[in-house]
Amino acid sequence: MFSPVVIKMIVRGLGETLYMTLLSTALAYVLGLPLGVILVITEKDGLCPNIYLNKILNVVINLTRSVPFLILLVAVLPLTRAIVGTTIGSSATVVPLVIAAAPFIARLVESSLKEVDIGVIEAAQSMGANPKEIIYKVLLPEALPSLIVGAAIAVTTILSYSAMAGFVGGGGLGTIAINYGYHRYQKDIMFITVALLVIVVQVLQEIGMKLAAVFDKRK
Amino acid sequence: MKNKEPIIRLLNLSKTFRGADNEVKALEDITLDIYAGEIFGIIGMSGAGKSTLVRCINFLEKPTKGTVIFDGQDLSTLTRSELYKVRQSMGMIFQQFNLLMQRTALGNICFPLEIAGWKKTEAEARAKELLELVGMADKADAYPAQLSGGQQQRVAIARALATNPKVLLCDEATSALDPSTTRGVLTLLKDINKRLGITIVVITHEMSVIEEICQRVTIIDNGRIAETGNVEEIFTKPKSVAARRLVFPEDKKIEQLMGSRCCRIVFDGNSSFEPIIATMVLEFRHTVNILFADTKNIDGQAFGQIVIQLPEAKSVADRMIGYLRSKGLTVEEVDGYV
Repeated sequence: MFSPVVIKMIVRGLGETLYMTLLSTALAYVLGLPLGVILVITEKDGLCPNIYLNKILNVVINLTRSVPFLILLVAVLPLTRAIVGTTIGSSATVVPLVIAAAPFIARLVESSLKEVDIGVIEAAQSMGANPKEIIYKVLLPEALPSLIVGAAIAVTTILSYSAMAGFVGGGGLGTIAINYGYHRYQKDIMFITVALLVIVVQVLQEIGMKLAAVFDKRK
Repeated sequence: MKNKEPIIRLLNLSKTFRGADNEVKALEDITLDIYAGEIFGIIGMSGAGKSTLVRCINFLEKPTKGTVIFDGQDLSTLTRSELYKVRQSMGMIFQQFNLLMQRTALGNICFPLEIAGWKKTEAEARAKELLELVGMADKADAYPAQLSGGQQQRVAIARALATNPKVLLCDEATSALDPSTTRGVLTLLKDINKRLGITIVVITHEMSVIEEICQRVTIIDNGRIAETGNVEEIFTKPKSVAARRLVFPEDKKIEQLMGSRCCRIVFDGNSSFEPIIATMVLEFRHTVNILFADTKNIDGQAFGQIVIQLPEAKSVADRMIGYLRSKGLTVEEVDGYV
């Protein structure tokens, strides 16, 4: 059906998409996870209340989240060039992806951590645990199943963002779909790339759900 | 008990919660001595401030005014890390058990030991010992979700005892448990008090819990101490209104329990002359109020009528009517007793 050249291109695109998505997710968690923790503990009734820091973080996160991804992508081009040395290709796309995903992940982490029963935290405090011990031994482990579900949501969202980056030569399946399907009307190539994206989302989502179930000891 | 040193001293303790535009005085001028080795009860209606009081003892809530002295140390003078250290010698258990859901029973008991800096192998050995103590040795690897309420509370007790605390604070520890499980947990607490000599502070709204295990009790009403004394004294001679309300709750109960529904029971000779109302009351364990009665025993048959006021609960009232009808009586609901 397709020439070996096209097949090779699609396989490479799939690889690039996975590379962008997984690397961006990992890096975005490096930023987003601590941010989420800080959001929760600096709340008024949190472990280390700090209303000002909390307000500032909230504003920054909301600002970043309200910029449409495509615009953010273009807006951070100078930064991307400074970090990666180029503005096209999959490595260059990782920069805006991380910037867009980190605040989103911070919110996901925040809501997961807020699910932890306040009574359990109080019990840990009554045993003389300090805030650091409560974060590492209570908040994060108790929220683990929910954090994993959040990660599945994050990774699939980042995947769809990465496809959007195809419009500005971001690499991966998104670029192929746009170059061939949109600019050259080769519907079959566009269809196969979209189908692949759907499958990748399904697989990632499924893995996340399975992992969450394995780590959930609450039932 | 009196000649012993108090392990917990509360002096003129007050706690005020500040809302956006109002102030709630949760505790006012609480002065209390709790002696080493005793089981001390704190009882009050819900909202009386007893949960706040127990949280002031380990400084989970900082009192607005007053002093908490634990084992000779004024808690307000301690640094944060000193306070964390002191909390390790005060265990606490809760109404909702508050176990870590992602850890096994053994892991939960290891938690305070990890905080106290124990080595893993030593912590596990100690945890096993404690599971034995609370009769849960076979459940070491079970997660809290796999345990019943009573079992979870036993694990929570083991966890609270792990670091050999001097005091065990129990915040409504049996309120989420059924009566027989409650008895089991209370027996365990009593046993621990005897074997380990640990001071136990019991917060509850149930008089029966105090009766079962406490030696001394204080009654909290509206954030203030209404009365403190030996349990027997307070039970036999309650002085304050709050104490009387707790000890003799029946005074009010009957009024509350009686509903507005009345019914007329007609005895027309179809039933034998037996104490039918009394039997019904015994059977249903609910009282009825006899408003009017005029019956005669004629040759072993009952004639006449009785008007009763039914209990408030609709299901009980309906079942009572059904019961009377099944005895061959004519029953009709009436507005008043005329």
